[in-house]
Amino acid sequence: MHELSLMEQTLAIALQHAEREGASHIHQLTMRVGVLSGVVPDALRFAFDVLARGTMAEGAQLAIESVPIVARCARCNQEFEAADFFADCPRCGETATELRQGRELELASLEVS
Amino acid sequence: MCEHCGCGLPGESHGHAGHDHHQHGHEHPHDHPHPHQDPYPVPPGPERRTVPVQEGILAKNDRLAERNRGYFLAKGVFVLNLLSSPGSGKTSLIERMAADLGRRLRLGVVVGDLATDNDARRLQAAGVPAVQITTGTVCHLDAEMVAGAIARLPLDQVDVLCIENVGNLVCPAAFDLGEGLRVVLMSVTEGEDKPLKYPTIFRDAGVVLLTKMDLAEAAGFDRDAALRNIRRAAPEAAILEVSARTGEGMQAWYETLDAARAGRAAAQA
Repeated sequence: MHELSLMEQTLAIALQHAEREGASHIHQLTMRVGVLSGVVPDALRFAFDVLARGTMAEGAQLAIESVPIVARCARCNQEFEAADFFADCPRCGETATELRQGRELELASLEVS
Repeated sequence: MCEHCGCGLPGESHGHAGHDHHQHGHEHPHDHPHPHQDPYPVPPGPERRTVPVQEGILAKNDRLAERNRGYFLAKGVFVLNLLSSPGSGKTSLIERMAADLGRRLRLGVVVGDLATDNDARRLQAAGVPAVQITTGTVCHLDAEMVAGAIARLPLDQVDVLCIENVGNLVCPAAFDLGEGLRVVLMSVTEGEDKPLKYPTIFRDAGVVLLTKMDLAEAAGFDRDAALRNIRRAAPEAAILEVSARTGEGMQAWYETLDAARAGRAAAQA
């Protein structure tokens, strides 16, 4: 549900950068969304279609790159890619792990003209 | 970030063989003149180009949260962000805290709900200065809403500000409000696997309060399973078992709160 407010922010950032570039049209937005960001890509797309109307981003492609989870073991420092939130260290079995990657939520780039 | 395709990856981490300009074969089996010229040239216009942005969507909220944090620090106010599902006992906890701590700590409350100011009125009736943020359709509080709300509170007369977030275990997790301590409540009637279902919100908790402990037996609460699951999702958090109704475990919670306040004061000095 909070995808709508997140997309408002995304669009605001996109328009700001596009204007700074002197662009008149945004063709594509590329977002990086971590598996653990708590954001549903479909809900982002829906929000984007609604919010982009009447802006220079109307009709633009929304590309969403999924960022996998990478954790680091608190005991042996091993870094590993994890399938979900609760993965144990594959080397030593420790359950306490520090999240290194997977909560990203950012606008990576724009394609403009 | 990669300069070739703007993909956000470091340039050396992936090849770009696919981006090479490739030649299209072009056979001419017929012999009439064949100028390679577009009869309808597109007027020269601005070219499509890639603009790197790499900006966090929550960056604005995070900046405002830091501003709140600095403001709270300057005012000497310690701030709790209370998170839980609807009905886990956030308002009852604050009422109990006001009754128990009223003599030595002055509380203030910001309450977020989709609609009604019932909770704020409940707390005001308990003698606590409380302002309601009615979010309408928004499922979480953000730093800007909190900044607006605290302007309506006499912060100079507040030692501990409790921000009662919208009852929701998903969306509020992403929004820093500028709090000093994030507290997640889970009641014994909710099911012991809640931390496994909503790990993100538990992961960031400094304290997890198991609430309504007076109902544990009636609810058939599996304490060991609950503690195991909380520990799994929140390996760093302090876990406390409390009942706002009977007062069970509240003293330990106040000691934890005092330690957190003292820790912050020490860090400031």
